[in-house]
Order: sequence, then C-alpha cells, then structure tokens
Amino acid sequence: MTFIAKPKVVHPSLPRNVLGLVRRDYEGALSTLCAGCGHDSITAAIVEACWRGSIEPQNLVKLSGIGCSSKTTAYFVSGAHGFNSVHGRMPSIATGASAANRRLTYIGVSGDGDTLSIGLGQFCHAVRRNLDMLYIIENNGVYGLTKGQFSASADIGSKAKKGETNFQPPIDPVLLAMNLGASFVARSFSGDKRQLVPLIEAGLRHRGFALIDVLSPCVTFNDHEGSTKSYAYTREHYEPAVQADFVPPEREITAEYGAGEALPVTMHDGSRIMLRKLDEAYEPTDRAAAQARVQERLRSGEYLTGLLYLGREGDADGARPEFHQINGTPEEPLNSLPYEALSPGSEGLAKLLARYR
Amino acid sequence: MDATDTSHPDYFHRVVDCQWACPAHTDVPEYIRLIAQGRFTEAYLVNRHSNVFPGILGRVCDRPCEPACRRGRVEAKPVAICRLKRVAADNRDDVSGKLPLIPRIKNGKRIACIGAGCASLTVANDLMPLGYEVTIFEQYGEPGGLMRTNIPSFRLPQTVLEEEIRMIVDMGVDLKLGHRIGSMKELLASGGFDAVFVGSGAPQGKNLVLPGRAAADASVHIGIAWLESVAFGHTERIGERVLIIGVGNTAMDCCRTSLRLGARQVKVMARKPRGFFKASEWELEDAEEESVEIVVNRSPKAFVTEGGRLVGMTFDRMEYELDGRGRITAERVTGEEFIPADDVILAIGQENAFPWIEGDLGIELDKWHVPVVDPVTFQSTRPGVFFGGDAAFGPKNIIWAVEQGHQAAISIHRHCQGESVVERLPPGVNLQSRKMGMHEWSYSNDYAPVERRLMPHVSLKERFKKLDIEVELGFSAEQTAQEVQRCLNCDVQTVFTAKLCIECDACLDICPVDCLTITANGPEAELRGTLKVPARNLAQPLYVSAALPQTARVMVKDEDLCVHCGLCAERCPTAAWDMQKSHVHWPHAEDEARALQARKPKIA
Repeated sequence: MTFIAKPKVVHPSLPRNVLGLVRRDYEGALSTLCAGCGHDSITAAIVEACWRGSIEPQNLVKLSGIGCSSKTTAYFVSGAHGFNSVHGRMPSIATGASAANRRLTYIGVSGDGDTLSIGLGQFCHAVRRNLDMLYIIENNGVYGLTKGQFSASADIGSKAKKGETNFQPPIDPVLLAMNLGASFVARSFSGDKRQLVPLIEAGLRHRGFALIDVLSPCVTFNDHEGSTKSYAYTREHYEPAVQADFVPPEREITAEYGAGEALPVTMHDGSRIMLRKLDEAYEPTDRAAAQARVQERLRSGEYLTGLLYLGREGDADGARPEFHQINGTPEEPLNSLPYEALSPGSEGLAKLLARYR
Repeated sequence: MDATDTSHPDYFHRVVDCQWACPAHTDVPEYIRLIAQGRFTEAYLVNRHSNVFPGILGRVCDRPCEPACRRGRVEAKPVAICRLKRVAADNRDDVSGKLPLIPRIKNGKRIACIGAGCASLTVANDLMPLGYEVTIFEQYGEPGGLMRTNIPSFRLPQTVLEEEIRMIVDMGVDLKLGHRIGSMKELLASGGFDAVFVGSGAPQGKNLVLPGRAAADASVHIGIAWLESVAFGHTERIGERVLIIGVGNTAMDCCRTSLRLGARQVKVMARKPRGFFKASEWELEDAEEESVEIVVNRSPKAFVTEGGRLVGMTFDRMEYELDGRGRITAERVTGEEFIPADDVILAIGQENAFPWIEGDLGIELDKWHVPVVDPVTFQSTRPGVFFGGDAAFGPKNIIWAVEQGHQAAISIHRHCQGESVVERLPPGVNLQSRKMGMHEWSYSNDYAPVERRLMPHVSLKERFKKLDIEVELGFSAEQTAQEVQRCLNCDVQTVFTAKLCIECDACLDICPVDCLTITANGPEAELRGTLKVPARNLAQPLYVSAALPQTARVMVKDEDLCVHCGLCAERCPTAAWDMQKSHVHWPHAEDEARALQARKPKIA
C-alpha cells in the first residue's frame, strides 16, 4: 500500500498502440493493496494486455465482487465502465450487462473467496451460460481482507501464517470450468507476465466464457514456509505446459516457429492463438485428456500452467454456442433501440400473457 | 553481465549526473534541498566547499551540470542549477564565522602563487587552513584575474567578486598587488618558497592578421585586452558601428559591453552556421535579446581603411555542406561582402604565454611553448612547480580552474610534506537510508510537474544607462520555491539487495519511467534489448544485480531515466530496494592533511 502517487512523468520513448495511446494511459487509480501483492502484478498485466490489444477504454467493462481482488478493477483503465457488485454476485451483473449491450468487452476480476466460496453457484452458471466475458480469478488461497483464513482453494496440508493446517480439499477452478464446458481455460501466475499477458489478450478476444485462474501470492498472509501459494512455492511447483502466443489480426505470424512447433487456432475476429506445447504429453484441445493431465499433475502437487484447454469449433466437445447465440440477444445495445422495439405494447403484452393462461 | 559493483565510488557518483559533470563535483542536489528548506547559508557553504566562488559562479559559470541534468531527459529543460546557486549566495547570512580556521602557528612552508585569479585563490583557500604561508603575486592593482578583467560588471557585480576574493585574502594571504613576476628563475632562486603555483591564466588574445590590419590598428581591438581596459576604466567609448569577430563567450561579452559604451549597431560575425558556435546558448540568447545581430557564414577577409581610418571589413560569404551527423564535409566561397564599421573587436580565442619562464629551469615546454603538466597532479616537469587554471591547459571556464586549484593544492601539500604527489587519496562514497517509517522518506520525492523558471531581467531601457547595472535580477522567492522542486534528488539512490528480492514484480509495475526489468542475464547488448523500454542514452550504465534467489534471473535497472521517486522502495515488500542518500567524498588538501596526520607515529 502506498500513499505516494505515481508521478505522471513517462519514459519519452514509450511506444504507442494503434489508438495512439501509451501503456500509462491504461492505468487506473493508485493501488491500496499491500506492497508486493500478486494482484498488483495482475493489474499491470491487464494494463499491458489492454494497451497491446488497443482496447478503447470506453468499450471496456470492468466487473468485480468483494475482496482484495475485487478492489483491483479500480486500478486499471480508469476510462472504462465499472461495477462493483455484491459479494459473489458479479456473474449476474455481468450477465445483465452483456445482455443489454453485447458490443462491449467484459472483464470480471474476482478472488478465490468471491468465486469459489460465496459465489460458487454464480460462477458455475456463468460458465454453463457461456457468458461472453473474460473471468480472472486472483487466487491466493486465503481470505486476505479478513486476515488470512483458508479459502476454498487452499490445498490440503497447506499451513496458515500462524501454523494451522488445512484439511479440507480445494476446489480447483480450472477443473471445474473444464467440467462445466468452458471453451477457454487457463492457469497462470502473477509473477510470469510473459505467459499471463498474451493469455489476457486472447481471453479478451475469445467469444464465450474465458477463465484465467491466476496464482497470486498474498504477500501478507500466505507467503510463508508451509504455504502452497507463496512466491517461492509457486515458482518451484509451476509447470508451463502450453504457451499461448497471441497474434492480433493486423499482424503477420512471424516465422519464429519451426514446422509443427505451434498449433495456430484462429479466433472469430481473425486473431490467432499460437499454441506451443512445452509439455509433449499435453493435449490442449482435447478436453478429457487435458482434464486428466491437469488432475494427475495436481495430485503430485504441480500446477500446470498456460492455456490448458481451448475448445475449437468443430472439435467434438469443443466450442459451444455462447450466451448471445443461445438467447438471441440483439446486436444493437438496448439503449439504442427505439421504444417500440423494446416494448411489446399493451396488445403484445396481452398476447404474451395469454400464453401462460 | 557481471553484477554491478556499486561499492566503486564512481558508480553512484555517475548517477548524480550534475555532480559527475561538474569539474569540482559540487554536491548540487544537497544544496538545492538546503535552499528548499530556506537554509541559504548552509547551501552556500556546501557550494563553497567544492567551487569556492558560489556568488561568482552562480552568475557566470559555464554550467556543465545543466546539460547533464536528468530533468532534461524527461522534460524539455534541465533544472536551473546555476540560478539556484546564486539564490544561495544572494540570500545567505554572514559566513565569516563558518569559514575554516586559520592556525596562528604556521607550518613553516611558504608557497608562491603567480596571478591572483581563481586557480591561485583556490590554492590559497585550501592551503591557508593547513598552516601554509601563501604569497600571491598579481600584476594588476586588484586581484581577481580574468574574473575581474574579462567578465563585464553587468554580468558580475564588483561587490560579489570582491566579497568572495576577500574571504580568501582575509585568511592571511600575502597578496602582492602590482607585482609582476618577470623571471621564474629569480623567483625560484631567491624567493625562499617551498613550492610555486602558476595560475597566471591565458592572458593573450589571438590576433587576426589580414590585409589592412596595420593601417586599421587604432580601431581594431583584441577582445580580452579591450574588456580589461573597460574593466579598469581606461576605455569608456566605442564607435557607433561595431563588428565582433568570433562567436564565443568573450565575443558575447564584447558585443554587450559595446552597447553600453555607445555602440548603436553591433554585429557578431561568425564563420560557421549556428550549432558550431562556441558561446553558451544562454549567452547567445542574452546578446540577441539586446538586439545584437549574429551574422553567420562570413569569413573575415580584409580590413578596409580610408584616409588611415577603418571604415569596415570585407568578408567571404561561405557555404557549407553538412553530413547526416551535422559535420561539415565541404565549404566554398560564394561571394564577397563589405560591412561598414567604426570599430572591430577580435574575439577569436586566447593563448597562454610564458616568456618569463627561462629554458634552463627543468620546466619543460612543449612545441606550442606551453608547459608540460601532469593532468592529475598539475606538477610540471620540475618538482615543486605546479600549474593550474588556464595556464595549465588553455582557456576554460572558472569552474575548471577551481578544481585544478584544488588538485594542485593536494599536490603542493604532499610535495611539501615529502610525500609522493602521485599517491593521492581516492574518492569515496557514503550511503545512508532515507527511510523514516511507513510511507515516510526524508526527502521530497513528489514529482513536481513545473517547467523551468525564467530569469527576470532589467528592462532593455534601463540596463544600458550604466555599464555596471546587473542585467539578471535573480530568482524571486516564488520562482525559487518552484525551481527547487524540479530537482529529482538523484543523490537519493535506489540501492538493491538481491538476496531479499522475492520477484513479486511490484517495483517493475510501479516504476513511472519503466527503468526496471527482471530478466535472464546475458551480455549487455542483449540485456538492453530486453529492457521494458530500451534506453536512448547508451552512455549511462545499466545496473545489474546478483542472481535473484528464486529464479536466478537478474534485476536490471537502466539508470538513464530514473526520477528517484522512490516508488520501487515504497512498493517493495521485503525492503530489497531502499532509497539511500549518497554522499560523494571528493578529497581536498584538508583530507590529505588529516590522512597524513593519522599515519604519523605519535611522539610520546
């Protein structure tokens, strides 16, 4: 936590994106989180990804619930729209917002408490609904805002700061999302921006629900010996399995990939994800195989990271219709539709009601 | 790259760009902080310790610190360091009680200094407190050397000059005015001095021999000699139309002085285009503000006289071809031009001359008849005879002469104590944390987005009424208060302890100028390529840490653009980054004396 404002001065050769903005233009308010919090690093990764992706700030919607992680939406892209919902209810707000205006880009930031405890039901249904959003979990295994109790993602045997051991099994959001049919499931680490930034870029462009579970050490309550979510432990038990390089539509794929080295997956807007397997045995486009491998590695205490599952169109059990396709939401934002189109009128209402009689 | 050795005293010194650029290593950020606190006297004394003449230099220094200033890398203009120095000098209290004490019992060593300019005065300033008896021989009736004779009083008031010279003379210096040294041999043979310091400057202005020169002699003046005769009141008028040949700082003083002695139309004639001028940018600006015309690409060809009187000069009109880097690759003459003039002042450089140093003294002169002087010890080829200031290495600014005086004083002291002049104390650096508590740092680390303040001037109508009306008024209290905040406190260093780092990236994310990177180690060129934002200035070294504990990557800091805001240290959860004030210790004669004293066996 810092009280000294970040000076407005910038490096004179800071590069500009397609919109002519520099990275600093995507910053938000001053973070009040603890110094060294993983969340602040994720915030920086989001800033970088939004800048690289030339996202227009006014077309971004930041949604969050309650918790340390949920505070962070204030710390990036101050020109974007934002909504801080009730604890664990961010997916509902996101659903409503997305239904009302499908043209905007939605990013939800939540924590392991907000998502896996109080908001678990909401989370599961957002995945099922295949809501068109990027959902980032800043996962540190503790309730930092209430002084470090174990959260639902704490591993068995993990020790709290004061020494208590956790005996309850963790809920793994990656396995859960794969199970529930999500088509973009990733895991990353706040301390690895090289992996995280392209994942966020790709997640923002993905049509349907994209989940990135980011291990984000709590520097105050969960960075000690015996913790399984500390910086040191994460670095030791962290296995990048699939590197996803993001290539926006306007850029050529440069010839830095050898033959068969990368699997290109084209997204709906023409951008491509280049999947590079770092673990030969890993199958990032086969849901069942991916799930089995993640589970197997988790059992031996290793976190597989990267874009762990990407459902392609046409693959069996791959991409499914997303929320807007299922519900036939209008292309135009609701606030731009004429009143006549939005309201059925008394006659229409009567007809509608008649169907339920 | 190998981990940077920050214990080397030069490492942190280089980060303080102004201090590194200052020949005398003035602790600029320290005195600016003192000014910010209203402690003008202390600020003055910090200055005086290094540069001896803060009041004088606060007006006329060549300011090598300002182009080096880090502020100029993130904004258009550097901190007005020189102007702030003047603020300290103008607002200080009496410092007579705070100057070094002079021992009543002398050490029995006698030193002769030739010329009472800034170099000799510095030598006296450093040696008097150690118990030396210093005699300064000055050819004119007043001390000050070129500071008095060549800098017009509308830039440097007499009172300021005299007060700072008096501080040194009042230490008990035996100042022999009107005493020209005609023979080095005689001085060495019968003076009874243990060492001789030659600080006689470069008093000879260069002549320009062109057709018509002899016939026009009455109206052709050598710049520095002419300024000297103005300073001593011998010259009080000049013609209406004046041409100045040359475009260095002396030329600027000549043209502006001419305007005050009755000239109506002054032209400075430059052989080359702007950009090749030797004069400092601000001196050019000040002259142009006074409607001096600077005519470029005119090469002097002949003096034209009519009836034994100068009527003007002819010039070749030049044209130059420049390459991509702005260097001249070819030149040609495109025509000839006559420019009328009543007087011509030559300001094309100056030389030192030593007709009074006999050839058989063991003082070797090189092919240009300039003494061979060691650039570190300032000793000539004859032990015990030292040179400094313009006399040693040709014309430079006061600040160089002062530093050479300091270095010569060290040599003189060592020489007189029977020690080798070569083995000198090395510089040192001390670091002290500025952390006071949570979010509290004992320095002002807010970045103040104010632009450089402009020096207020006496109106163009008023300033020409008398020769000695100082044109620059000095900063007001408000201007000072804003300008001091522009200093980035580069001496409050970011000090990194690799073994404490947990690689959380907090410092990288918060750094406003993206000067930090954590990456795999490699050769310098490769590392520079992986920086978050690659540096523009490759001359500023990179800081590379030891391998970090968790991943064996390294922390790399590009020192070029750091604004010393302290956010890296503020955001660091493990205090791997700390903000520590560096104090560069640049030894003077007094330090040598203390070190020698400490080594001497105590007599029971």
